[in-house]
Amino acid sequence: MTHAAAMRAPAGREMGAGVYNEKLGIWVFLGSEVMFFTALIGSYIILRFANPGAFAHPGKVLNIPITAINTFLLICSSVTMVKAFAAANMGDMGKMKLYLVATTLIGASFVGVQVYEYLHLIHAGFLPSGIREGSELAELAVAGELGLGSADPAVAGVYGSSFYTMTGFHGFHVTCGVVCMAYVTIKAFRGKYTQADHRGIEVVGLYWHFVDLVWIILFTIVYLV
Amino acid sequence: MTDMQASQAAHEEHFAHPNYWVVWAALAALTLVELGVAFLPWPRAVVVLILVVMAVWKAVLVALYFMHLRFEANRMRIFALAPLPLAVIIVIAVMTEFIW
Repeated sequence: MTHAAAMRAPAGREMGAGVYNEKLGIWVFLGSEVMFFTALIGSYIILRFANPGAFAHPGKVLNIPITAINTFLLICSSVTMVKAFAAANMGDMGKMKLYLVATTLIGASFVGVQVYEYLHLIHAGFLPSGIREGSELAELAVAGELGLGSADPAVAGVYGSSFYTMTGFHGFHVTCGVVCMAYVTIKAFRGKYTQADHRGIEVVGLYWHFVDLVWIILFTIVYLV
Repeated sequence: MTDMQASQAAHEEHFAHPNYWVVWAALAALTLVELGVAFLPWPRAVVVLILVVMAVWKAVLVALYFMHLRFEANRMRIFALAPLPLAVIIVIAVMTEFIW
C-alpha cells in the first residue's frame, strides 16, 4: 500500500488534520481542558496577589515531601503509559499489558496518596473554609509560624478554598483517568488491541499525559511558590 | 486492516520511539532540583521565576516526548498548541491588574 493510499480517509471520516477522529477529538477536549485549568490558575493568581497574607509559606501547612512523592508517582505512570503505547506499536502485547497494569496501579496510588494528604490536612485543621479554630494549625497561626499576614486563622479561607478547588479538580481528573485506564487495560487483556489498531491506548494515554502535565504546573505554583 | 488503521500504521512508521526512560530521568531530576530551589534563601522573586521556568520545562518535555508532539505533523502541532496563547493572555491579563 502506498503512503498516499494509506492516508486516504475511509468513507465518512474527515482526515483534514491528518489524524484519526478519536485522536483529533481528544486534542479538542484537551484544548478545552487547558482553558479550564488556566481559569483556575488565573483565579489563583488573582487571589494570591490580592491576599498575600492569606497564603502560608511553602511547607508550613502543605506536606511537600508527600506531594513530591506523588509527583514522582505521576511521572512514573506517564512513562509506563507511553511505554505501553510503544510496546503496542511494536507488537509486543505482553509488555503492553504489563505497562498498562502498572500505569493503572500507579495512577490509583496517586489518588490514594492525595486522599491521605487531604485527611491529614483536615485532621490538622486546614479546611476549604480556612484554618479550624482550636486546631494544631490554628495554634501555629496565632504563634505566627505559618507566615500568614494575620494571627487570625480565618484569614486563610482564600488559601483553603483555592487549594482544595485546584487540587480537587485535578484529583477528579486523575480518578477519571484511572477509570479509563482500567477500562483500556481490561480491553487489552481481552485482546482488543493489535499492533495495527491500538487507538484506545493512544487516546487515553494523551489524556493521562495531560493530567501529568497539569500536575507539574500545579505542584509548582500551589506547593512550592 | 481498514484504511484508517493502515493510515495510523503508516504514520507511526515515520518516527522511532525515543528513549522514554531518559525523559523520565530528566523529569525526576528536575523535580528534585525544584525541591532544592524552593527553599533557597534567595530573593523570592528569583526563586519563583526559576521554579516557573523549570515547571514549564518539565511540561514541555511531557508534551514533546510523552504526548509525541515532537513527532507530529506541523498542522497537528499547531492544532494542539492553539489554546496556549489564550491561556497566556488570561494569566497576563489577571496579573496586570496587580502589577500596573
